[in-house]
Amino acid sequence: MLASIATFALTGVDSREVTVEVDVRRGLPAFTVVGLPDAGVREARERVRAAMLNSGLDFPLQRITANLAPASLRKAGTGFDLALAVGVLVASGQVPASQPDRTAVSGELSLGGALRPVRGALACALGARAAGYERLVVAVENAEEAALADGLQVLAVPSLTRLVELLRGRWRPDPPPRRSETRAGSSPAPDLADVRGQQDAKRALEIAAAGGHNLLMVGPPGAGKTMTARRLPGILPPPSFDEALEITRIRGAAGLGDGCLALERPFRAPHHTTSPQGLVGGGSVPRPGEITLAHRGVLFLDEIAEFSRAALEALRQPLEDGVVEITRGQRSLALPARAMLVAACNPCPCAHGAGDCRCNELDRLRYARRLSGPLLDRIDLICDVQPPPAAELVARTVTSERSAAVRDRVVAARERQAWRLAGDEALCNGHMDGRATRRHAVLGARGTERLLGSVEAGTLTGRGHDRVLRLARTIADLAARERIVAGDVEEALGYRLVSPVEMAA
Amino acid sequence: MTGACDSCLRRGYLVGQLAARIAAMLDRPGKRVGALLSLSEDELIEAVSDRSAGVPDIPLRGFDACRERAEMADRGVRALCRHDGRYPPQLLQLQDAPAVLFVSGHGDLDLLAHDSSVALVGTRRPSPYGREVAQGLGRGMAAAGVPVVSGLALGIDAEVHRGCLAADGLAVAVLACGPDVPYPRTNRRLYDRVRERGLVVSELPPGQRPYRWSFPARNRIMAGLARITVVVEAADPSGSLITTQFATQLGRGVGAVPGQVTSRVAAGTNNLLKDGAALVTGSQDLLDELFGSESDEGRAARAQAAAAVAIDDPVQLRLLEAVEASLGIDGICAHAGVPVREARAGLSRLERSGHVRRDPLGGYRRTAVPC
Repeated sequence: MLASIATFALTGVDSREVTVEVDVRRGLPAFTVVGLPDAGVREARERVRAAMLNSGLDFPLQRITANLAPASLRKAGTGFDLALAVGVLVASGQVPASQPDRTAVSGELSLGGALRPVRGALACALGARAAGYERLVVAVENAEEAALADGLQVLAVPSLTRLVELLRGRWRPDPPPRRSETRAGSSPAPDLADVRGQQDAKRALEIAAAGGHNLLMVGPPGAGKTMTARRLPGILPPPSFDEALEITRIRGAAGLGDGCLALERPFRAPHHTTSPQGLVGGGSVPRPGEITLAHRGVLFLDEIAEFSRAALEALRQPLEDGVVEITRGQRSLALPARAMLVAACNPCPCAHGAGDCRCNELDRLRYARRLSGPLLDRIDLICDVQPPPAAELVARTVTSERSAAVRDRVVAARERQAWRLAGDEALCNGHMDGRATRRHAVLGARGTERLLGSVEAGTLTGRGHDRVLRLARTIADLAARERIVAGDVEEALGYRLVSPVEMAA
Repeated sequence: MTGACDSCLRRGYLVGQLAARIAAMLDRPGKRVGALLSLSEDELIEAVSDRSAGVPDIPLRGFDACRERAEMADRGVRALCRHDGRYPPQLLQLQDAPAVLFVSGHGDLDLLAHDSSVALVGTRRPSPYGREVAQGLGRGMAAAGVPVVSGLALGIDAEVHRGCLAADGLAVAVLACGPDVPYPRTNRRLYDRVRERGLVVSELPPGQRPYRWSFPARNRIMAGLARITVVVEAADPSGSLITTQFATQLGRGVGAVPGQVTSRVAAGTNNLLKDGAALVTGSQDLLDELFGSESDEGRAARAQAAAAVAIDDPVQLRLLEAVEASLGIDGICAHAGVPVREARAGLSRLERSGHVRRDPLGGYRRTAVPC
């Protein structure tokens, strides 16, 4: 007898429908899986057999052939266990053939017959909904995440035994917990108010957050670059529901999710030894890289000078386009990669703070040049991070502003931008291209334009000029001004990046 | 209307037409160019004609002054011949003074005839020290109202123009190609900015590309226009030293900025100093040299230059102090007692006035030569 069961395979951060066809007929007892399964999928045969027998079900001593269609797609992972088991059950007549109707299944089996969670439950659920399924059977641990896909009935099943009862119509699982009830237990996000001093970094973070600008933090080791950067997600506008869904889906696909809807934007800080594939994603079974994990959030590269050139090169195009295209073998994969970049480095090769530095100007120039190149082109502002003076560290009264207050200003500034950029490709000032910059960042008086010119006196490339304009636009937006005034341009110039290439020209 | 008579214009275009042939003839550029350029029209044609090629073709047979004038007007180029009253008289001291100067840019033509211009030149690969001094001198001269002549080359020349433009000064760039050709291309924006308020000058007609020989030829014009030629940094031998040779021949002043004795790009300038060039350590020295230390004119110019770099605003002063003490931005804010926003804006103003420089990684340093 033939059975056909729908399940979903994870490809990158999306899922693809896979139909598991199981044929059981007379012959020498055998269990064959075809349709480009990898070693992990072939092992499913042993798990399925043991799980069925340990759940008190019959494992037919007949010739069993399972096909994973489309046969051209490479299958990996353990998520096919459940579909194979249900297929065998239906094909051997142990559950009614009319079941499961309009239902997809996804889950790994233990030898004892318990259902185990798989990666990418939300991606799977969204795929099932898009493909027109009404119900999705998942492990209990995956239920909450899968239930984030509205309009799909998620059936949380603890074991194969329960599933058989469900299919025979003798048991109904409890509906998964509702979203609003799933917030407890999460630790509060780090707050800007905890950061002593760092006025410059805080202001730069606020501007960066308000305009979606990439940021470079410069300071000696231990000055608090990482600690300060970690506060950035807390002042970015909270993710919209769709964005939160995207973040959760990616987290789940990478196996990092806690099952809840993401309420904060991600903050990823990969180590500088991370390979290019680790940053942008890849592998023979392509997995999302750090830039995808930071999608809609912040990618923090500490010690950016220590990253390999290849790794930084690889980041360039995704940062520009907001998407990573990976081609492996016969197929290509697009992974979302719209993240803000925050980079950090030492002020000079000796890494001492101002005052104690023993580097001469050439050393510094050489160090800066090592950083330079295509990635720094994407960075709009640079800020200074120094260890705060001891007096400030021990001071009792903290007058620092809380993240929430800064976030309010950021949200207001973003709204102004959204209103101005309506109809444009860019969503915030940091994403404006040259033409949009010239249209939207109009300098008030002619004198302001000259101000910009005379500081640079010809050293600024066209691109550098645009960057200063974009920054000035954001600074004006933060102050709720439609007109860019001289002070905005001056402040923007203060935060600009002087490319060492420009300096050497 | 352009200030060039037909015959001078014809001569200017002839040099342009023969430029490639002159280049083919001269293996090594140098004084021989001067000799060539002082020849009469027919002699010049004869001198550069390739005799083995048989009958030389006659250049400029179809020369039409009206058409070329219209063409120049299209390209925004003006011409000034030696018969025009505005032609810089000091240039006529050159034995081979160009018959016509092609000028681009919105500056006043009288700028060229100014009797106390300074030529500031130097190497294309300067040290950071050289850049800083060059920009400071350009700025100081601009503040004192002295026209600054340079060559728009990479390195020192570019810094000189930058300093001069930053202080809204009178910038004159003398090119080794047509005045409408931004060369080198890296300095394209700088070229545009010089043209906005100053002048770009060349003896080659519009559209001409530069040749090897045209660089020393351009140097003689720089030396000819300026009362003093100052070399900021130069190796030995170098094009900048050729400029000073021209200046010496014309009996004009030569100055040099002292450099580290171990630095290759200071060899030329230190040798100049040994040979008796004026020692220039800043704008005040140069203005002394230009106007004399006792003259009223000199006193006024020095005062102007000093006033341009003086800071009245107490906040700006405290910002500068804090930069000198190499505090971080937070330290700078604390010292000046202003919020970070105003500190950043204030530092940009100090950068604009040349008091501080930005490191590539964002740090601020006080400049060694404020004037």
